[in-house]
Amino acid sequence: MHVNLVEQEAMAIEVRIPTILRNYTGGEKSVQGAGSTLDELFADLNGRYDGLRGRLVDDAGESPASLRRFVNVYLNDEDVRFLGGLAAPVSDGDTVTVLPAVAGG
Amino acid sequence: MRYDSLLDAFGGTPLVGLPRLSPGPDVRLWAKLEDRNPTGSVKDRAAFYMVFAAEKEGLLRPGSTILEPTSGNTGISLALVASLRGYRLICVMPENTSAERRMLLEAYGASIVNSPAAGGSNEAVRVAKGLAEEHPDWVMLYQYGNEANARAHYETTGPELLSDLPQITHFVAGLGTTGTLMGTGRFLREHVPGVQIVAAEPRYGELVYGLRNLSEGFVPELYDESVLTSRFSVSSGDALRRTRELLKAEGLFAGISSGCVLHAALGVAAKAHGVGQRANIALMIADAGWKYLSTGAYGGTLEEAEARLEGQLWA
Repeated sequence: MHVNLVEQEAMAIEVRIPTILRNYTGGEKSVQGAGSTLDELFADLNGRYDGLRGRLVDDAGESPASLRRFVNVYLNDEDVRFLGGLAAPVSDGDTVTVLPAVAGG
Repeated sequence: MRYDSLLDAFGGTPLVGLPRLSPGPDVRLWAKLEDRNPTGSVKDRAAFYMVFAAEKEGLLRPGSTILEPTSGNTGISLALVASLRGYRLICVMPENTSAERRMLLEAYGASIVNSPAAGGSNEAVRVAKGLAEEHPDWVMLYQYGNEANARAHYETTGPELLSDLPQITHFVAGLGTTGTLMGTGRFLREHVPGVQIVAAEPRYGELVYGLRNLSEGFVPELYDESVLTSRFSVSSGDALRRTRELLKAEGLFAGISSGCVLHAALGVAAKAHGVGQRANIALMIADAGWKYLSTGAYGGTLEEAEARLEGQLWA
């Protein structure tokens, strides 16, 4: 019990997963992770949800890794592309929402 | 004011202060009332511009058929121009859009092709592109990639804002086709050093994001990230709550997407107020509330209204 509590405190960033990626999280709508940047957070999640990072991040090219074109990630409702992208700082208590890019209008 | 016809009477909309929602005398909110356009929405600017441009290029001739994927307002604007100019209009619409939008389109004489609710406007775009291939003689103006959409705002919305509010510090608008933000944003950036361009994006229920895989996602061709300063995702619940606040505090009966925009604008306002920065924040009221009455957005508790809106495209 004690161990569980410590673990929960250390992994206090909530990450909301869209329907189409829940096959990576065993159907979970929301998972917890840790890290000081978005990149670290995704790496941490990938340790438990293998393959998830590869669906969010494109690091195949010669340029540095970046978010995939049709993936939008919001840190406390703000688009992380305007907060430094994968280098965006994250901390305990934050909520990260992943959504596919869809059309409006 | 006098105009030759309804098609000449778009734009020039009022910019009204929102004194009760503004945090203080140094941080002020200003609402641009786009419901005061011929068909009652901001989309008249883009739709009229797109049709006029297509006519100029010789793409549209009397009797032509226009095809457009739209969740509503653009379709209604196109329906007005089409009926006055003698074009046939076919709108591809997701089936999870409000009843009033459909009724209005039909009243103007447009035809509606339904696209599946799951996947939202992405599906409408996909279906429309398929129809365009089958019917090469139909003209798809394609608001997501048509430069005349953004140009309408560069040439009208931007200059109107600058003229009414030369001290503007922030511009906040909804992100759909991105035309409003791209056109207005570029104009303001060229004329107002340091101006912030803020996008408010609706966050719908899960159904709308029900793509089969991520490669079916969609980013409008018009979108250029470098025009924006920041971009916020606003939930249906927050949008509804702010839509009601707008009505209660300022007497402004706006559509739900305006609540979404107000939510982002209030965030920006609180931030400026917190650090003691002067701000004049202009926000776009894309349309009035009439077309959303049947969604139940304005009655009952917020929770009830939110539940009714689940899975609906409200912007």
